Amino acid sequence: MAASYFDVDGTLVSTNLVQPTLYYLANLGTPLKSLKSLGGAFLKAPAMALAEVRDRRLFNELLYSAYAGVSEDRLEVLSREVYENVLRPALYPFAQDLVHQAKRAGHEVVLLSGALEVVVRHLAQALGADHVIANRLELKDRVATGKILRPVVAGPTKARLLAEHARTGGHDLAECYAYSDSYSDVPMLSVVGHPAAVNPDKKLALLAEAYSWPTLQLSAATEARSRAVF
Amino acid sequence: MDHPSVVTLDKDSAPRTVFSGDRLVDIDLPAGTRVIYPKPALKPLPDVDAAIRYAINHPEGSAPLYAKLRPGMKVTIAIDDISLPLPPMKRPDVRERVLTIVLALLADHGVDDVHLIVATGLHRRMKPHEIRHMVGDKIYDAYAPHRLYNHDAEDKQNLVVIGETESGEVIELNRRAAESDLLIYCNLNFVPMNGGYKSVAVGLTSYRSMRYHHNPQTIRASDSYMDPRKSRLAHDIARSGKVVHEALDIFNIETTVNNQMFDPSLSFLCKNEDELSSREKALLRATVAATARLPQPLRHTVFDKFPAPYGVTGVWAGEVGAVHEKVIERSFEQYMVPFDGQVDVLVCPIPFISPYNVHAFLNPLLVSVMAQGYLFNMYRNKPLLKQGGTLIITHPMTDKFDHEQHAPYIDFVHRILPETRDAMRMMHHYEEKFASDPAFIQMFRSGYAYHPSHPFFMWYWGENGRQHAGKVIVVGADNEYIPKLFGYETAPNMDEALYQARGGQTKSQEIACLHVPPIVMADVR
Repeated sequence: MAASYFDVDGTLVSTNLVQPTLYYLANLGTPLKSLKSLGGAFLKAPAMALAEVRDRRLFNELLYSAYAGVSEDRLEVLSREVYENVLRPALYPFAQDLVHQAKRAGHEVVLLSGALEVVVRHLAQALGADHVIANRLELKDRVATGKILRPVVAGPTKARLLAEHARTGGHDLAECYAYSDSYSDVPMLSVVGHPAAVNPDKKLALLAEAYSWPTLQLSAATEARSRAVF
Repeated sequence: MDHPSVVTLDKDSAPRTVFSGDRLVDIDLPAGTRVIYPKPALKPLPDVDAAIRYAINHPEGSAPLYAKLRPGMKVTIAIDDISLPLPPMKRPDVRERVLTIVLALLADHGVDDVHLIVATGLHRRMKPHEIRHMVGDKIYDAYAPHRLYNHDAEDKQNLVVIGETESGEVIELNRRAAESDLLIYCNLNFVPMNGGYKSVAVGLTSYRSMRYHHNPQTIRASDSYMDPRKSRLAHDIARSGKVVHEALDIFNIETTVNNQMFDPSLSFLCKNEDELSSREKALLRATVAATARLPQPLRHTVFDKFPAPYGVTGVWAGEVGAVHEKVIERSFEQYMVPFDGQVDVLVCPIPFISPYNVHAFLNPLLVSVMAQGYLFNMYRNKPLLKQGGTLIITHPMTDKFDHEQHAPYIDFVHRILPETRDAMRMMHHYEEKFASDPAFIQMFRSGYAYHPSHPFFMWYWGENGRQHAGKVIVVGADNEYIPKLFGYETAPNMDEALYQARGGQTKSQEIACLHVPPIVMADVR
């Protein structure tokens, strides 16, 4: 059996890692706590911007440090809200169809994301995905420390995690599919036999064309989709 | 006595100037070669709108269209896609003219629930500007996108099973069309393979239902598929079509166009090279030189810019079988050139267009479809080429594909062909898996890619030519790898190709050349 591995942010949903984080920080129980956390996050913004272009793992670590002090209960309770208010409205029109198509083809569907696992699992449930590989926060005394557990799901590590999952699940990598929007996921796309660029950034679009990888636009509002909406 | 469109070359004849992709090249053919030119364009109808009105008011084997209408009924109009004619027709496309008259008639009879569906089958979706070109601004602005759209052969919710053939073949159809009180099909017949039962039974169906006839066995048994009476393909599609036509009330409107593919200023491209005026010779030399020097993308753009000034030669309406008889008759009248005997060598120039690469590059798989599929099948009675004869084609066969339209073709050529060229093995081992590839299905549904089963069908489309011809030689290939992948030989020029066709012997050969485009068919006696 083959497996299909989907990046999430920018691929299946139009949001990035920052939006769910901001939602969390803006809803931390008391306005003072939220203000403090948001302030801290904004102070780190220049460093995050730099890390975003240089090292995806470092970016994740900086971003998730904003969660320091958030309780496990709060993370859990807000995760459903984050899904409902941030991810679900941002789901691309054809995302569900693509996942369904993979399921119809008999694939195990895996969401492989740098986002928080606690949030992504709601999306997985809604889409009918079988498994989630995503980042998890380190907790101490049921409170987030601001660190993420190793391995950090980002960049080349995604390729390693994908290969490990395929090996464990008995999937032949040459038969597997991977979908992403970002050039930073080229390692993950390169280890499978059927890579596909989805709503790709400029660099990935060029690479996909050069390597003849299929390029999909899940954001395309085709007439068929718009008919279904109206 | 040869037909005037058959020219026998002598030793003083000028080289023939033919297409090799988007270039024009000169080829030297030996004395005695018979070159088959397209017949002159039939005279177009003087008043197309009047002909359309007459056809729908005096239909073949059916009540007039107005008699089928009642206020409040649900009507769907299906339209052929952009795969024909080639190149796309100068505006107004005949489909716009038919739709304009039919929509006005529907409105006059209080029929408001009208949808227009482009019957793409497993072809790529048409882009908005292409639909606009086909149906005109007024209709496009009034109906798109909610009441004018492409058929989606992978939209499971909008497909419905309407019945089974006596052989147990399940026929799925577009739900809107199937649930309408009346389905009107508006066709443009370009080659005799088009139209008839194929229009609805292929254009509005799904992969599942198309596999019954789009397979190697059907194509191998078709002799030829451009002659509906001897085409197993036409016969098998009719079997599905009859189920559709029994289940639904369908009013067919079919149209034919003439051979006027080029603007009159370019008419020298389809004339006997020995009969060109000095001015035409100079223009031809200039065109050959220009296509040799312009970079490929620019050549493609230039050819792509000029829509064809086709003239409408016939309009018929009513019951599908009766209508299609008339259409085939007119089609043969335009294309069929009588020809004596079969030949050892058939030379087929391959142009830059085919039904499956509108506004895109003609990739190597489509080159092979043109050669062993379309052009090989351009005959009636007997194949122009003797069994085991040699097919010589002129084309660079560049390893290039349109990334947007032909993504599944790339995988087919570079993954499947190195494994096998056996159509039966392809069908049994690879087709179904390929056809359910989630990425390609998504490109088909939300992008502008052909369905992932389409490259397989294209391979099957060349199956009777592949079984019949002894070898295929490519003149002017820019690489060795791709022709070899297709099982073809290559030659640097026509002399060498003819030498290879003789197998190095000095024996004399009967040679014919199809001087296409425009379309010509040989009625082999």
